[in-house]
Amino acid sequence: MLAFIIRRLAQSALVMLFVALIAFVIFRYVGDPISSMVGVETRLEDREIMRERLGLNDPVIVQFARFIGNALQGEFGISYRLQQPVTELILSRLPATIELAFASALIALVVGVVLGVYTALNPRGYFSSGIMAVSLIGVSLPTFLIGIGLIYLFAVELGWLPSNGRGEVVDLGWWRTGLLTESGLRSLILPAITLSLFQLTLIMRLVRAEMLEVMRTEYIRFAKARGLTRRAINFGHALKNTMIPVITITGLQLGSVIAFAIVTESVFQWPGVGSLFVTSVRDVDVPVMAAYLMFIALIFVLINLVVDLLYFVVDPRLRAGKGH
Amino acid sequence: MTEPLLSVRGLTVEFPTRHGILTAVEDISFDIMPGEVLGMVGESGAGKSMTGNAIIGLIEAPGRIARGEVWLNGQRIDSLPPEAMRAIRGRRIGMIFQDPLTSLNPLYRISDQLIETIRTHLPLSQDAARKRAIGLLDDVGIPDAARRIDDYPHQFSGGMRQRVVIALALCAEPDLVIADEPTTALDVSVQAQIIDVMKELCAERGAAILLVTHDMGVIAETADRVAVMYAGRLAEVGPVRDVILAARHPYTAGLMGAIPRLGENLVRLNQIPGAMPRLSAIPPGCPFNPRCPRVMDHCRSHRPALSPIEPARKVACWLYPEVTEA
Ligand SMILES: Nc1ncnc2c1ncn2[C@@H]1O[C@H](COP(=O)(O)OP(=O)(O)O)[C@@H](O)[C@H]1O
Ligand SMILES: [Mg+2]
Repeated sequence: MLAFIIRRLAQSALVMLFVALIAFVIFRYVGDPISSMVGVETRLEDREIMRERLGLNDPVIVQFARFIGNALQGEFGISYRLQQPVTELILSRLPATIELAFASALIALVVGVVLGVYTALNPRGYFSSGIMAVSLIGVSLPTFLIGIGLIYLFAVELGWLPSNGRGEVVDLGWWRTGLLTESGLRSLILPAITLSLFQLTLIMRLVRAEMLEVMRTEYIRFAKARGLTRRAINFGHALKNTMIPVITITGLQLGSVIAFAIVTESVFQWPGVGSLFVTSVRDVDVPVMAAYLMFIALIFVLINLVVDLLYFVVDPRLRAGKGH
Repeated sequence: MTEPLLSVRGLTVEFPTRHGILTAVEDISFDIMPGEVLGMVGESGAGKSMTGNAIIGLIEAPGRIARGEVWLNGQRIDSLPPEAMRAIRGRRIGMIFQDPLTSLNPLYRISDQLIETIRTHLPLSQDAARKRAIGLLDDVGIPDAARRIDDYPHQFSGGMRQRVVIALALCAEPDLVIADEPTTALDVSVQAQIIDVMKELCAERGAAILLVTHDMGVIAETADRVAVMYAGRLAEVGPVRDVILAARHPYTAGLMGAIPRLGENLVRLNQIPGAMPRLSAIPPGCPFNPRCPRVMDHCRSHRPALSPIEPARKVACWLYPEVTEA
């Protein structure tokens, strides 16, 4: 187990190093850092002095090492546009994105598992066929269309829910949450649903396929032959075996939820890191772009690690280390 | 005369397919007396598993029992509502499957699987059920049962897992155990032990066994009576000794030719040439006629019914004048 964790950590470090290289290339070679920092009227000699002082004339390797050293300390420079340390900027936007991502992952997981189990247990029902048909539309419609549709229906036509922003937030000092106010919660509903739909259909179809597969196994037949109740078989024996791949996929999807939040955040003007990234791309705010890249990669890597560890918790064969 | 424990009457199992209805089991009838071991033999695909599944009510859709009746202790069980049938499974009929590596849920401890099954059928507390489970594991010959009970299935060898499966089937003291090729998937060295454990425990508890296998050697050593299946039908039923020493159906005689180590007074027959027909291509008349060394014209057009030819012996073959048409 320990060896496994160490190997995983090493792999993660390697992935991060590679992403750091890409981030560094963007940081260093997209546009000219100096001209982004100073005005057009700055003289060439002054620019050269700045270049020297910032170490931009050092060998690339040295610059990369410095970039990584800074990154390890959470230093990604100053945003060209907002003149604020990038790390501070991202951290201030992070709570909004995390709350949105977790709310939609929760919706996707709960609704996805429930619908997946239902359609697997009643494969021939009308309701199941209906859900499967709708889910097909769900995966093929682009997120922004769904978001705009929801805004049109619930915000514009019915006027039930707000269509943009986070509502009132409460500052806990280190975290600004929208979960404690009514307007915050109401503002969360539409973007969270929009962001969840794709994952929801994915999880539902996965649960359904896995569950159908598990229901055909010998141990389910043996459980039936022992006279266990339908409930014990469906929601104990079958669901537990279905959950291994579902946990993996859901966990891995959490990374993409945060990454895909870009579109949803833009549609709903949600003040998270996604919309920060979109504006920084528009303004060629390179330090923010590079930091965002590193940040998303870090989240993916961390989630991967957690999912691998969850595997151990769920599957005794792996825990013993002598599975087949 | 005692009543039979299990009575199967004219059981027919069909599978509707695109190319018409396939009959996997056709019109089979047999009884099992309390405490009796009935062996059921036949080539792969003869319909042995299907018969067992039909008795316990686990034919998978679209398959279905098209005709016939199954009686257990004087109660008709083939037409029971699902919940009533579920209560019989595990409680009055236990089942042992072929492959112990896949029969146990890999994510559940042995203790959980045993206790869950015990408490489904018997009004016991968690602690009492656990005690009973440990006792059962002891009985089936798992060393250090009190400690091993909390292990997961993958921590046991194949033979040990099959012992666990037997413990699970016997959890609630069923009157009948259906063992569907319980040793086919096991290493030869442990096959005899597993059969012995199963037979001994059932005998102690007075449980009858329907022992499905294609191994005539196992039947010879274990069963009281034997039923021979061919292409979804019963070819012959009788006391083991009689059937082995003097097979009446040419198919049975051919099968006997395939058993190793038999009594010297037996004439060894050659293996039967050809293969069992597919369900969609069962010939008219006697289903065995294309392979039968003693086939007559009559056999090609008339189907023999399983008919009594001696006390306690039935055969479906036109060689015997007592046999009637199906
Ligand atoms: N789902 C199914 N659809 C159609 N035919 C089936 C199905 N399952 C089993 N059969 C057929 O039923 C017959 C009996 O199978 P089975 O009882 O498993 O044989 P045995 O256990 O004697 O080897 C076989 O010919 C098999 O092909
Ligand atoms: Mg079989």
